[in-house]
Amino acid sequence: MKRRVDGLRSEKAVRMALATAVVTAAALTGAIFLYMLVLAFPLFAHGHVFRVLIQDWAPLQGRYGIRPMIGASLALSFGALALAIPVSLGCAAFVSIWGRPKPALFVRRFVQTMTGIPTVVYGFVGAFLVVPVVRDVFQAGSGRCLFSAILVLSLMISPTMVLFFIDAMESVPKAYVLAASALGAGPAEKFLWVILPCARAGLITGVLLAFGRAFGDTLISLMLAGNAAVFPSSLFHSVRTLTAHIALVIAADFQSLEFASIFACGVVLYAVNAAIALVAWNLRSRLLENRP
Amino acid sequence: MKRKTWFLAMLCMAVCFSAGSVFAGAYDAFQGKEGTIKISGGTAHIPVMQALAKEIMTRHPGIRITVAGGGSGVGIKQVGEGLVDIGNSGRKPTDEEIAAYNLKVHQWALDGVAVVVHPQNPVKSLSLQQVQAIFAGTATNWKDVGGPDKVIHVFTRDEASGTREVFWKKALKKGPVTATADVVPSNGAMKTAVATDPAAIGYMSVGHIDASVAPVTLDGVKPSVETVRNGTYAVSRGLYSNTKGEPSPLVKAFLDTLYSPEGRAIIERQGFIPVP
Repeated sequence: MKRRVDGLRSEKAVRMALATAVVTAAALTGAIFLYMLVLAFPLFAHGHVFRVLIQDWAPLQGRYGIRPMIGASLALSFGALALAIPVSLGCAAFVSIWGRPKPALFVRRFVQTMTGIPTVVYGFVGAFLVVPVVRDVFQAGSGRCLFSAILVLSLMISPTMVLFFIDAMESVPKAYVLAASALGAGPAEKFLWVILPCARAGLITGVLLAFGRAFGDTLISLMLAGNAAVFPSSLFHSVRTLTAHIALVIAADFQSLEFASIFACGVVLYAVNAAIALVAWNLRSRLLENRP
Repeated sequence: MKRKTWFLAMLCMAVCFSAGSVFAGAYDAFQGKEGTIKISGGTAHIPVMQALAKEIMTRHPGIRITVAGGGSGVGIKQVGEGLVDIGNSGRKPTDEEIAAYNLKVHQWALDGVAVVVHPQNPVKSLSLQQVQAIFAGTATNWKDVGGPDKVIHVFTRDEASGTREVFWKKALKKGPVTATADVVPSNGAMKTAVATDPAAIGYMSVGHIDASVAPVTLDGVKPSVETVRNGTYAVSRGLYSNTKGEPSPLVKAFLDTLYSPEGRAIIERQGFIPVP
């Protein structure tokens, strides 16, 4: 009897400890957001709130807008996704459905290894391999551009996405696939009409997570995208993402409005990533409810 | 036999190391001292800081010296906020910065800021007006300045760079820099960028120039240690190490070494001009 009470007590303690951890983590996240808002305040007070978001970046003329950086971050993330999603889908389908066991296992191990490579390695390799090739092949600018960054960033976000996709595809009940086969469906039909719809929750989660990674990545864009603070109008123009802007301006004078602008960037990054997390959460719970 | 050779090699090394500490005049100040010196800031300073730190740390294992970059702005800010012991800057801190952080400024070298291009670029000489036009974005092709028919790729530095500030004031005369210029975050990154791009133009510390990039003669004056020293090359600046108030004994010993014959030799070997 006594032992049981002890057990309950220790369970209560564990619950308390976990609850404290959760509340602390949540409070910290909220505090960071508030902190950024407070520090970005000089900039918002200096002009209209929206002016900061829609103006261009020309510190010498007194304009501290971050519109070019928002555009660059979005263009880079969506560009990388557009390239990485088809590749990842194909790769995951090979591993979980179509491939022979041995090559499939090899690809799976290979992808798992790729997830462990630090970003700076991708950036470094990109600076010495991708940039000169892009410069020579397309003859447009220095090769440090949106396109180079998209190429390397898509390579970086693919492995995580592939692993998510594999999990999602393997969790589709075998009975469904067999039933489709019995109805005379070929491999392509099974993939398009059975596996993809059944795995959609996992697929969407993988894509959203990859988007978050691409949007928040600093080193690849800092090393490969060129960092010119102009709104992206061509794949081959030098662009500066929100994260690279923070990295480049962090050293400026503490009291300056340049410095305040990095907190505006932080607020935007935070808001976008929070929105993605909420959408992912919402979609997932809705899809799980609808599951047959 | 093998063991004997090995023993001899070890003996030689032991003799070398002990000889090092016996004849190290300037490094005696560190005798019996222990602790850590944290250095950050200007990226032009890094080679000198690292060479000196290596000399000191091999002789006095009780001392740890860490050298980080970040740019002049970072150096001044971090030393002012007490995050590091020495904050380097490639420009003199402003009067406001000195007052706000109670900085003590130690200048130990003179350095030029040179325009650099790829070694294969035939353009090795430009006038100040041409440089200003290139950086402003009005001259966009190398053939406008006597080179091949190639679009010019302009590289500039980040907002916190002391090198950029000096170049902007003394070479561009506070003129505009095109918004489409690529931005790199350090002297080292500038060297890599220009060395790997045949159509590039950039600017960097004279001390950082090696065979991978070619300095450009400006208005007839070739940027070099000699022309910076005798003042004929005008785009020059001091290299500063800043401390918050009076430095601690260990940090003071480090700064004193920069002015000793051994320190001056290191500064000269890295391509800078020791002062005073």
